[in-house]
Amino acid sequence: MAKLTVTTAIAACALMGGAVAASADENATLIVNGEIEMVTRTAAPDHVPLGEIRSGWTFRTGETQALQMDDFDNPGMIFVDQAIDAWNTVEGSAEKSCASCHEDVETSMEGVRAVYPKWNEDAGELRTLAMQINDCRESQMGAEPYGYTSADMTAMEALISVQSRGMPVNVAIDGPAAPYWEMGKEIYYTRYGQLELSCANCHEDNYDNMIRADHLSQGQINGFPTYRLKNAKLNQVQDRFKGCVRDTRGETFSPGGPEFIALELYVASRGNGLSVEGPSVRN
Amino acid sequence: MKHLSNMIAAAGLAVLGASAGHAAETAPGAVSHDEYGGVATSLTGAPGDPARGAEIMTSRGLGNCIACHQVSALSHAPWHGEVGPPLDGAGDRWTEADLRGIVVNSKMVFDGTIMPAYYKVSGFTRPGDLYTGKAAPADLPPVLTAQQVEDVVAFLLTLKD
Ligand code: HEC
Ligand code: HEC
Repeated sequence: MAKLTVTTAIAACALMGGAVAASADENATLIVNGEIEMVTRTAAPDHVPLGEIRSGWTFRTGETQALQMDDFDNPGMIFVDQAIDAWNTVEGSAEKSCASCHEDVETSMEGVRAVYPKWNEDAGELRTLAMQINDCRESQMGAEPYGYTSADMTAMEALISVQSRGMPVNVAIDGPAAPYWEMGKEIYYTRYGQLELSCANCHEDNYDNMIRADHLSQGQINGFPTYRLKNAKLNQVQDRFKGCVRDTRGETFSPGGPEFIALELYVASRGNGLSVEGPSVRN
Repeated sequence: MKHLSNMIAAAGLAVLGASAGHAAETAPGAVSHDEYGGVATSLTGAPGDPARGAEIMTSRGLGNCIACHQVSALSHAPWHGEVGPPLDGAGDRWTEADLRGIVVNSKMVFDGTIMPAYYKVSGFTRPGDLYTGKAAPADLPPVLTAQQVEDVVAFLLTLKD
């Protein structure tokens, strides 16, 4: 009997903790290193049926939020440092590094993250940042492509994202990007898997609600790549999509495949106006 | 003589099968819902066990109902979600048939609801093999077995205000 009371008390605490954590600090402001001011809440773009769009950061607990406020505390920054080495490393038959063509990453990559996925006129395709990185590796360097969601790829994306931190996400959805955007939108609202759940079911209809121990966010991708405390690594955006479709008891799509490329454009566009945060910290 | 004992053995097996909930079980595709979505007949003919129902509702790999619903009687299990309404008093608000219909396929009761169907095996888009992300096998089983549905219904009926 005594034991029962204790476990019940613990469960009650856990529940209350969840409720408190859920509501704490959602109006906090995110300023990184005391200088980069992030827009974490703003009016939704016209094509998004939400009053306000919110960064995933606003849904996290105060402790998790704090980890992103200083680069010394942000575990994702370790991977940025690793990618600086990769940026300067000569690889492939052309005997070039990224730096051979782009020189200083801070100036050449400023603003790049904010506008990807982006239509590439010469190739006649919509390109994610990962696709562009691999195109450079293959066509310019004569090097092996990175695995689409590999640690090397994710770190390089983090390095490139850092150069746009604080700038508003601003992906184009008109012109040649429009059919991809439509396809992505359709995927976003399709109820997949044996549990018949769409992205919208969780991230549009139920954001700010708890689903078991998780505080549902709007599933925005302005913070990618994301360092997750749960798996202690940097996570590539399409790996996250894969995990969410898997959780519907669904058959996922492949990272780098046409469905997730279209979905990435669509989800990115739902965050137009939020700041680029990558690498962000989430749980 | 030998023939007869075989027949008796077979009859015995059939009875055993029925009491274990197999012979009389209604297959997922064969469940009939009334006009409000309720399912009047037990899926197994065997009574549900509310204690097992409670375990199914809190277990992540089974019903995981508390992922979305708050249930005071299950407060020993941590983390109750808020995607669906609290289930306290559900046994007063709904009949047994309604509750069975909601667990079998809630979309027959609440049009377009986010709540998953627990005893259904077809009509999905890209169904997977549990939580592997891989394609579902051709003979995809329902999320809960017929007897597990009955166990959950039996538990829900105990939720009185
Ligand atoms: C069953 C509910 C559910 C469904 C369906 C779902 N997600 Fe999620 N998603 C979650 C949970 C829980 C988290 C972790 C908490 C959070 O950030 O919302 C999450 C996190 C995310 C994140 C990380 C957000 C961040 O700030 O780091 C993204 C991006 C995301 N989801 C996109 C999607 C997309 C795209 C789909 C559809 C293909 C989808 N989700 C479907 C439950 C779901
Ligand atoms: C993904 C979320 C989700 C899960 C998981 C879920 N439900 Fe529900 N459930 C709902 C929602 C939402 C409603 C409200 C119906 C509506 O309007 O869509 C509901 C309604 C109900 C109702 C009627 C509520 C009332 O009192 O009026 C019952 C009973 C119920 N669910 C039982 C269950 C059981 C039992 C399970 C697990 C076997 C379960 N639910 C799993 C979301 C969920």
